Amino acid sequence: MADTPKPEELSKIDHRPPLMKGWMDTPVDIKQGIYCYGAKAKNLAAVDMPNARDWNPVEEDWKLPENWQEIVHEGFKDRLGKFRSLKLFMDICVRCGACADKCHFFIGSGDPKNMPVLRAELLRSVYRKEFTVGGKLFGKVAGARDLTEDVLKEWWYYLYQCTECRRCSLFCPYGIDTAEVTILGRELTNLLGLNTDWISAPVANCNRTGNHLGIQPHAFKDMLDFFADEIEDVTGVRVEPSFNRKGAEILFITPSGDVFADPGTYTCMGYMMLFHYLESLGLDITWSTYASEGGNFGYFTSHEMAKRLNAKMYAEAKRLGVKWILGGECGHMWRVLNQYMDTWNGPAAFLEEPVSPITGTRFENAKSTKMVHIIEFTADLIKNNKLKLDPSRNDHLKVTFHDSCNPARGMGILEEPRYVVKSVCNNFYEMPPETIKEQTFCCGSGAGLNAGENMELRMRGGLPRANAARYVHDKYGVNMMACICAIDRAVFPTLMEYWVPEVDITGVHEMVSNALVLEGENERTTDLRGEPLAGTEDDENV
Amino acid sequence: MNFIVSILLSGFAVTVVVLIPLIGVGVLNLRILFGIVIPYAAMATFFVGIVVRVIDWARSPVPFRIPTTGGQQWTLPWIKPSHIDNPKGTLGVTVRMIFEVLLFRSLFRNTSLEYRRTDGGPKVDYEWEKWLWLAALVFHYSFLVILLRHFRFFMDPIPGFVHILESLDGFMQMGVLPINGLNVPGVFLSDMLLMVALTYLFLRRIYIPQTRYISLPADYFPLFLILALGFTGILMRYFLRVDITQVKALAIGLFKFSPKVQGGIGVIFYIHLFIVSVLIAYFPFSKLMHFAGIFLSPTRNLSNNSRMKRHINPWNYPVKYHTYEEYEDDFRDHMIEAGLPVEKGAGSPAETENKE
Repeated sequence: MADTPKPEELSKIDHRPPLMKGWMDTPVDIKQGIYCYGAKAKNLAAVDMPNARDWNPVEEDWKLPENWQEIVHEGFKDRLGKFRSLKLFMDICVRCGACADKCHFFIGSGDPKNMPVLRAELLRSVYRKEFTVGGKLFGKVAGARDLTEDVLKEWWYYLYQCTECRRCSLFCPYGIDTAEVTILGRELTNLLGLNTDWISAPVANCNRTGNHLGIQPHAFKDMLDFFADEIEDVTGVRVEPSFNRKGAEILFITPSGDVFADPGTYTCMGYMMLFHYLESLGLDITWSTYASEGGNFGYFTSHEMAKRLNAKMYAEAKRLGVKWILGGECGHMWRVLNQYMDTWNGPAAFLEEPVSPITGTRFENAKSTKMVHIIEFTADLIKNNKLKLDPSRNDHLKVTFHDSCNPARGMGILEEPRYVVKSVCNNFYEMPPETIKEQTFCCGSGAGLNAGENMELRMRGGLPRANAARYVHDKYGVNMMACICAIDRAVFPTLMEYWVPEVDITGVHEMVSNALVLEGENERTTDLRGEPLAGTEDDENV
Repeated sequence: MNFIVSILLSGFAVTVVVLIPLIGVGVLNLRILFGIVIPYAAMATFFVGIVVRVIDWARSPVPFRIPTTGGQQWTLPWIKPSHIDNPKGTLGVTVRMIFEVLLFRSLFRNTSLEYRRTDGGPKVDYEWEKWLWLAALVFHYSFLVILLRHFRFFMDPIPGFVHILESLDGFMQMGVLPINGLNVPGVFLSDMLLMVALTYLFLRRIYIPQTRYISLPADYFPLFLILALGFTGILMRYFLRVDITQVKALAIGLFKFSPKVQGGIGVIFYIHLFIVSVLIAYFPFSKLMHFAGIFLSPTRNLSNNSRMKRHINPWNYPVKYHTYEEYEDDFRDHMIEAGLPVEKGAGSPAETENKE
C-alpha cells in the first residue's frame, strides 16, 4: 500500500490501446499493486480443492500439475456442456465495443485487457483453438491461440481484475455477461489451485467457523455483546440479541464484515437496535453463529464451493425450526440468494412464506426462497408507520446513495433503499443518472478483490464511483454515501480517503437506527459513531 | 496481429471471393457450378449449419436464472416495478426480447466515456452516443428491406408486399441523381442506407482506438463481404445491367428445385450470387450467429422471479458441506462457556486445535 501512486499520478490514464501491436502479441505483465497473492495450500486443502500448493504469481514457476492443459481443456468442455451461457457468450460476440468503456477497471486503468470484450476474448481465443473448426484450421487468423503458460497467467491476472459487477452486460446488445465468463474462468483456474488467497482464506474460514473472518462462536457473541454496550452508551437502552435459539420465528443472517470492522459495525448495531425496537411489537428473531455469514466467497471460487457455503443457511433454518430467513445488507450475497440459493439448496419446504410479524405484509416475491432482504422488511415497516423516526438526527449528514452492483443488476432492489434513506434523513442527493441504479458503478473491490496488496487496482477501479461522489460533494456538499453492501462499507472508506476525503460511508440501517426513537432512551447528543448531532454543537458541516 | 494485417487479410479474402466467379464463369464458363451447385451447397450449409448450431446451444442447459436486471424488481405493492427491464413473468420477458431484437434496446443505452484531468484531478463523464445504435439499426433494416425486395426475383407473380416496399423504398425516385435521364432505374433508399451504414461501421471500427484494438479479421471480413455484395448489386442495377428475365428464371428454378442454367446472364450476376453464397455458408460458423444467439441469451430471456418460483438445474448434485454437528463438535466447550445453546452436552469429542 505504501507504494500506491498518488492520485495525481494515478489519474494519468491513457485509454488508447497501442496502435500497431495486437493484444495477442502483448504478453502479460503481472504488476505489484494490481494482483492479489496466490492461494495458500492450507486454505485450499481445508476445503478439498485440487492442486493445493503455495505458489507466487510473480515467480516464473507456478508449480502447475504436469497435465494442466488437459485439466483446463476437460474443465472447459465440461462447463460448455453445463452452461448455455458460456457456449453462447463464446460464440456470439461481434466486438462492437459497446462494453469497452463501461468497465470501471478500464476507465480507471486504461489497460485494454480490462475492456470486458477483451477479458472475454482471452478465453474465447483458447475456446476457438480447442473447440471450433475455424480456430483449429486457421489459428490466429480466426482469432484462436494455444493455451500456453503465458496465456494461463494472463487469464489469472485479468480474471481476478473483474468484480463481476455486470455493468457491461447491461450495455451488451446480446446480454453477454462478463461476470458469467469470469465466474466460469475462475472455476477453471481453481482446477489448478490458482485462486487468490484473499478469496481462499475466507472460504476456508467460512467453511469451518461459519463466517469469512473466522470468528468463532464465543467471539461472535462477544462482539455483539460489545456492540450492545456501545449502543447502551449512546442511547441508554440495553439490547439483548439472541443466538442459535430454537423456535425463533425468524433467522437473521448478515455478512460477518459488519461484525468486524468500522463502519460496518455501526450498521450491525443498527440491526440490533431495530430488532430491539420491534421485539415489543412481536418480532421473534435469532442470530446464528453457525450460519454467521451472509456473503459467499465461494461464489468467487466455483459454483460448487458457493453452494457448499450457502447450504448452511437452509440447514440452520431447518435445525432451529424458524419460519423464514431475514438477510442483512450485502451485495453479492443477494445476487446469490436471489439467483442461485433456491436452485442449489432448495426447495425450503420446511419454511413458510415470509410474513412480517409487525405489519402482516406477505413478501410474495420471496415465497419460494423464504428469504427477505432487510431493506424490503424495513421499507414495509416505515410505509406502515411502525417506526418512530426522527430524521433530524441525521441532519448533520448530506447523503447520497450508492447502488451496489449485485442488488442492482442481479436483483433490482433500487427504490426500497431510497425510500428508507429518504425517510430517515432530510438531505438526500442523487449522483448522476449514468452512475446509479442499473447503471451503477462498482466500488472496485468486489468479487474478492478487497485485499490490501492490490490497492492500486482498487483505487483505479473505484475511480468512476469516487468521481460521481466528488460531483455531488462539490455540487451539494454531500458528506455521506449510504450503501447496502458490507464490502462497500469495508472498502469505500479507503477509496474515499484517496479520491474524495470529504465523503464518508454508512450502511442504511446505521442511519435508520440513528433516527429510530427507542422506548425509554436518553436524549441523544451523538450518533452511533460518537459524532455530535446537528444542533447539539455549532458546527454546521458544509 | 495488428489492425492493418487484419484488414489486409480480410480484404484479400474478399478479393479472392470476387475473383473466383470472375474466372470461374468469365473465363471457364462454369455456369452450372456457380449458378446451381454452389448456391445449393451454400443454402444447405446455411440451414443445416444454423439448425446444428442452435441445437448445440440448446443442448447445454440453463442451470441458473441469471437475468441482468435493468430496473426495479417486483416487490412491495406500493413500489412501482420495471416490467420490461426487470420482468417478473413471460409477458415482461417477451416485451423485453421484442425490444432487444427489433429495436436493439440495450445498445440504445450506449454512452461514450469522456476522460480528462482538470487541476490534477480526474474527471469522468459519459457523453451521448447513439450513432452505433443508429448505424446498427439502419444496417439491419436496410438489409432486411433489400432481402424482401429480392422476392421480386424469387416469386412469380411478384408478391404484393414487394410492390409496396419498392414504392416506399423508391420515394426518392425523381430528381435525386443527375443520371435520371439516362434511363437509369429509380434509386432505392435502402441501397444507399446499407452502404452508408456499413461504411460507418467499418470506419468506426478503425477510428475508435478501442474497437480497432479488439477487432479480428472475422470482424472485417463480413463487413467487406456485405459491402462487396451491395456494391455488385448496385452495379448490376444501375450500370452493368443484366438480363432480368433470365436471372428470374434461374432464381425461380433454384427455388422450385428444377434449376436451369441461363446462357445470357453477365458475369457480374455470378459474382453477386457467389458472394451471397459465401456469406450464407460462412454464416453458421461466424459471429453472424448473434442473430440466433440473442434469442437464447439467459441474461435477457429469463424473468427475475427466482425468489418466487424455484428454478431447476438439471445437473444439480448434492455437495458435502460442513454440518452443524461438525461445527458444534469443533467448538462445543467454547460455546458452552459463552452460554450459547448446544445440541449435545459438554465432554463430547475433545476440542480440536482452535487456532486458525
